[in-house]
Amino acid sequence: MEKANGFIKTQLPNQLTVLIKEAHTAPVASFWIWYRTGSRNEHLGITGISHWVEHMLFKGTPTFPKGVAEKAIAREGGVFNGMTWYDFTTYFATLPAARIELSLRIEADRMNNTVFDPAEVAAERTVIISERQGAENDPGFLLSEELMAAAFRVHPYGATTIGHMCDLETMTRDQLYTHYRTYYAPNNALVVAVGDFEAEAMLGLIERHFGPIAEGSAVPPVTAVEPPQRGERRVVVEREGHVAYFKMVFRAPTVREPDFFALAVLNAILTGASAMTFMGSGLTNKSSRLYKALVSEGLAVGISGSLLPTIDPFVYALSAVVRPGRTLAEVEAAMEIELARVIAESVTREEVLKAIKQAKAQFAYSSESITGQALWLGFSEIVADQDWFENYIANLSAVTVEDVQRVAQKYFKRSNRTVGWYVPIINEPTNN
Amino acid sequence: MSLPGPQDITRHELDNGMVVLMRDAARYHLSPSVIVAGYLLVGAYDERPEQAGLSSFVADALMRGTTNRTFEQIYEELESVGASVGIGGGTYTTGFGAKSLAEDLPLVLDVLADVLRHPTFPGDEVEKLRAEILTDLAEREHDTQRMASLAFRELAYPQRHPYARSTSGYTETVSALGRDDLAEFCAGGYGPSGMVIVVVGAVKEADALAQIEDAFGGWMGHTYERAPLPDVPRVAEVRKQTVAIPDKTQSDIILGYPGPSRTAPDFLDASVCNTILGVFGLMGRLGEKVRDEQGLAYYSFSRVSGGPGPGPWQVIAGVSPNNVERALASIRAEIRRICEEPVEPGELNDSKAFITGSLPLRLETNEGVAQAILNMERYELGLDYVQNYADLIGEITVERVQAVAQRWLDPDAYALAVAGPPPA
Repeated sequence: MEKANGFIKTQLPNQLTVLIKEAHTAPVASFWIWYRTGSRNEHLGITGISHWVEHMLFKGTPTFPKGVAEKAIAREGGVFNGMTWYDFTTYFATLPAARIELSLRIEADRMNNTVFDPAEVAAERTVIISERQGAENDPGFLLSEELMAAAFRVHPYGATTIGHMCDLETMTRDQLYTHYRTYYAPNNALVVAVGDFEAEAMLGLIERHFGPIAEGSAVPPVTAVEPPQRGERRVVVEREGHVAYFKMVFRAPTVREPDFFALAVLNAILTGASAMTFMGSGLTNKSSRLYKALVSEGLAVGISGSLLPTIDPFVYALSAVVRPGRTLAEVEAAMEIELARVIAESVTREEVLKAIKQAKAQFAYSSESITGQALWLGFSEIVADQDWFENYIANLSAVTVEDVQRVAQKYFKRSNRTVGWYVPIINEPTNN
Repeated sequence: MSLPGPQDITRHELDNGMVVLMRDAARYHLSPSVIVAGYLLVGAYDERPEQAGLSSFVADALMRGTTNRTFEQIYEELESVGASVGIGGGTYTTGFGAKSLAEDLPLVLDVLADVLRHPTFPGDEVEKLRAEILTDLAEREHDTQRMASLAFRELAYPQRHPYARSTSGYTETVSALGRDDLAEFCAGGYGPSGMVIVVVGAVKEADALAQIEDAFGGWMGHTYERAPLPDVPRVAEVRKQTVAIPDKTQSDIILGYPGPSRTAPDFLDASVCNTILGVFGLMGRLGEKVRDEQGLAYYSFSRVSGGPGPGPWQVIAGVSPNNVERALASIRAEIRRICEEPVEPGELNDSKAFITGSLPLRLETNEGVAQAILNMERYELGLDYVQNYADLIGEITVERVQAVAQRWLDPDAYALAVAGPPPA
């Protein structure tokens, strides 16, 4: 067990990992449970299953029948939600600190006792199909889905967390329940509590509610390894519309590789300080290299970059919204010139220092709320470990201009990339 | 620790009419960051209908260059320290917000004052910005939510009411605006009189006030003489519009009414009623029926917007195109029920507990506190409003909830916009 300054990291005898941090800035506490299952643990036929299981956990247990848990939380003034991502499924509640035990009771109960009533499974099928249809309305989703499917032909990162429509139409209640029984167990979970409480007392509560839950069997390992990419891949999506979108992804290192930090600095130089987790928004990026080369030059109306922390190697993504009147080819060519520049010439020390200062500010912002601190702790522990979070700024600060050039040369290869074009098609208007 | 109130919020009025409100959060050991938020008394209300989008265009263009800084310099200075400044034109006011580490507050205030006081609207930058706005409007035409919202406003508000128009404008109006229109609008409407600025974060009040006086004290100027936003008549019949957007897989529904303003005597009653209808737990009664029982929609909720005028009270749902009529029937049935039947006392108490109990969460961050202070000032609620809030909510009865529903909602007379794929 690690203990210091109101922080505890430990594991219960049933292998549940526990992270506790006191924060006395507001009379609030946030409790999260993270399961190490997401679309990374899925395959064709059951894509979207982790997300659907997440929905089912809101459908009730014998102790907390449907609707009872969220109403109990709301009655205390709390927020309550769940999220599914590539590497995890997580549930959280933030409450006035004196009421936080309610959240522990709910999570300990539904780890084991969720009902999966067939009628509820049927009702939720159409809700999830509706969720997917809503996503399909968004050009960004459509392009991204096609692009990722091309970038990954073996690893499950190639599918979206919402899942393929055919799987959503055909998955059965028993498949969902099996997935739940396989992955929802203390040995595959992590609980995080941050807030206005005494750490020792919180550990006592966690032991009381989660200690009695039996350890589950070992979860099936993810064996998929994406083979090396042997050449550039390209995809085109055509839909009705007026605006073209460009997206290009490069295979990227995991958070545990030292290259990750140099690439994070390079990303900030190219596209500005982006948000540091899968949630939250970045700052403006109008002084970044790609903004100047594409937006200031009138080729695009916006650019962005994304380097996501993930367990297995993921991609680094660059996106642009094409300015009407300009072409996807022009945007691609201008982006290539900028990438060639960081390969050929080193960036400046000032640019690196700017990226580090931006990251420090982002850190301060993201740790402002207790919910944000709990999210960061849990997320770091899932993709790497909590030390990764603690050392993030130090690791970033150690990046040199040579490191930045080296990772540019290593990752920005044509053979390492997948390029996506969203081409708008204009038909006759059919308003009625 | 207590809720923000007169004991820890300080309020000053500068000689030029600007109101400054501050709360030093350092004493609560929050992160070393600071939030600036505020507004000026200028907005889309002050533009002519044929200029729709002008006020928003001006707000965006302020950051494109000043007599002291180019566009590049503005963003280089801010982004180099991880700070951000944003300005956005609303209907009645123009809002601004900024965030930085506490040590960079002087820079943020200097940039904010510079762009508000000395913008130059450089021609080439205005054209780039226009292209960005026009692209956004082109994207809007293929966005079911935004098109439904646009159609709803046209249905629910009289043609010349500012709420009937889009604050971002339309392709034709934005294309026709000249650089001089921007400069003229800014010169006529931007001024310190009635402007409000709130600073919350790890900064001492005396330091923040001195920095604000440095940045804004010398600004003299006027603003428009303006009447409040006009009231609007009730929607007395069904007004329906369908927007067909090809290649879409989901339809967005907005059904609603002009609602109470934030200062209306029954605004809190409406908030409680709305919480029961479409917020509490998982989207209230609407979530329970339309999503949970019938499985028709991923989202189905309601919101009462308040604001300076009769902002909309709306039900919003995203459904499969085949299920639009079924979802509408359920939504109307829930509106009928909340108008015709008193809510259960237990249900009312739950929603009231949620509204008051969630206050500490909403006030957890500097941003949340700044927003609460801004609202207290803007709507003349009093600096002790947050502290009195639980009592005000506590007084609301079953009868008041039903009365407010009957006053603003009607299952048989409403504005309805549906945007989605054309019929097969």
